[in-house]
Amino acid sequence: MSKNVLKVENATMQFGGVVAVNNLNMEINEGEIVALIGPNGAGKTTAFNVITGVYQPTNGAVWFNGEKIVENHPQGKMKKLYKGEHAGDYTNVLAPTPDKITALGMARTFQNIRLWKSQTVFNNVLIAKHCRTTSNVFSATFRLNKKEEAKQREEVLELLKIVGLDDVKDELATSLPYGKQRRLEIARALAAEPTLLLLDEPAAGMNPQETEELTAFIGELREKFHVTILLIEHHMNLVMDISDRIYVLDFGKLIAQGTPAEIQNNQRVIDAYLGVAEDA
Amino acid sequence: MNKNKQKTIFTAVVLAVLLAACVVLDMILPSYHIAITVIKKATVYSLVAVSMNLLNGFTGLFSLGQAGFMLLGAYTYAVLTIPMAKKPGVYQYFDGGAIPFSVPEVFSGVLGETVGTLLGMLFCLLLGGLLAALVAYLIGLPVLRLKSDYLAIATLGFAEILRAFFQWNALGPITNGSNLLKSYPVFSKATPYVVLVGLMIAVILLLITSTYGRAFRAIRDDEVAAEAMGINLAKHKRMAFIISSFFAGIGGGMMAMYMETVAAAPFKSALTYEILLIVVIGGIGSITGSVLASFLYIFFSEWLLRGLDSGTFLGITAPGIFKNGFRMAVFSIIIMVIVLFFRKGIMGDKELPDLIDKRSRKRKKEAAE
Repeated sequence: MSKNVLKVENATMQFGGVVAVNNLNMEINEGEIVALIGPNGAGKTTAFNVITGVYQPTNGAVWFNGEKIVENHPQGKMKKLYKGEHAGDYTNVLAPTPDKITALGMARTFQNIRLWKSQTVFNNVLIAKHCRTTSNVFSATFRLNKKEEAKQREEVLELLKIVGLDDVKDELATSLPYGKQRRLEIARALAAEPTLLLLDEPAAGMNPQETEELTAFIGELREKFHVTILLIEHHMNLVMDISDRIYVLDFGKLIAQGTPAEIQNNQRVIDAYLGVAEDA
Repeated sequence: MNKNKQKTIFTAVVLAVLLAACVVLDMILPSYHIAITVIKKATVYSLVAVSMNLLNGFTGLFSLGQAGFMLLGAYTYAVLTIPMAKKPGVYQYFDGGAIPFSVPEVFSGVLGETVGTLLGMLFCLLLGGLLAALVAYLIGLPVLRLKSDYLAIATLGFAEILRAFFQWNALGPITNGSNLLKSYPVFSKATPYVVLVGLMIAVILLLITSTYGRAFRAIRDDEVAAEAMGINLAKHKRMAFIISSFFAGIGGGMMAMYMETVAAAPFKSALTYEILLIVVIGGIGSITGSVLASFLYIFFSEWLLRGLDSGTFLGITAPGIFKNGFRMAVFSIIIMVIVLFFRKGIMGDKELPDLIDKRSRKRKKEAAE
């Protein structure tokens, strides 16, 4: 049996009266490509944000490579107040900031592209390597880290070659066409050396041909970088092509999970999201 | 690679010419000449402007506490370097002050007069910077949680509080209350200022081009993305704040040298605004711009437009119009024109070596036509 990379346990994210994610349970094994789908507003991106530490869940826990990285239980907040004999039963609150989670080996892209606008393509990827530097601010300023810096630059160059952006490496990130910006975001996430890659709608706004290219590209990523991938996507062709398993969310609740074939024939999923072609 | 080499040579030549010009001016002009004064003041302002640019331009933290950190540096320098013999005169209301030593004299005792005094002075500048950095760390703990305008208001408030605090009579034995600190050793020539500031700006430049500098710029461009890519926001913001304050503190110490007297009064928010103005005029995110703008600003306000205040300007004598305050009116108009026509400042986010690029591009264009 392959190793469990990500486990989401009873995650609930509540904003006032709105329950954006309701008691979500997911598991992703090493080397899998798993898709998270659902209608708009189903809570997919919120689930991402809970996993990557942007939000602290109102309840639940996230495990990454067998280690509990995020945890919150309603009674957890009472821990400091509650000092009685059962204090030990009350669990900890674990709420690391996104950068700490990235350091553990998780990297993400964004639904609306968030590249560093004033930087070149090369620098965008190089900056993502910053979280892997071992030099402190003095050794970096006085160039005592030349070896590390050179190694990082080499790695970035190689990465850009693999994703096919090496010919535009000195251009500003924002001057790239849309499809390449998406690709650059993925390259940037890969530069942080993740074991789990989270892609938030990587094909949003792409035309059919670009989407097809992207599908092949994501498939290659798994082989070349040995990453496990969790993606949110609305392009069903892409999802059905590359996913090993699919989770379907609707109004924050998990309504189905399974292989692409199972999902396509699941009546609840068809009602809630996929629908039926009129002339079928 | 050829172009990079060209750029390096171009930069080196420009810097060498400027330094040589400064040395020559120092030799042929007396140290009270207005040109020397302008160079001294402008170099000090350059350092502080660059330190502010590091924070506001490169890290995207809008802080207005620069005057406060300069004050710390200035006081540290002055308090520690006043010679023992002069103390009764300076601290006349406080029984000669509470500090029973003078750092340059202590150093002279060990290393001999010249070297000791020089090292003592530099050491006190460094101490001023370190004190500013320490205070920045403490202030940063609560203040750096704030964003944009709120951060500006909090840091501005901090600087004002600090100024009032240093005028407090109970601190008189150290700060001389609201009286002047004076008679401490200073560099009278302009070259030491240029060399010192040059070295420090070089360090800032190295920082900005290092991996940490790139992380700072990532935070400025997109905080959310920076955090998601593993950049610890709190740590890096604190780092930028501390480093910026360190150099502002050293700038303050050199400001004390330039002014030859120290009181808390000149370090009010107007000083911060002057520096901010320089940063904006020069171009937010350009070190060269900050330095260039400092020199232009000081040159105009201290020298060229002086006549507008004192009756005669460019050979025109009009005591009725050219009297006190008219200079600032003209100056404001110049600034408005600059802001209108150079939206991104004189340099934008370009640096000195990039100038050569522009020219070669123009040449290429001409050749093509």
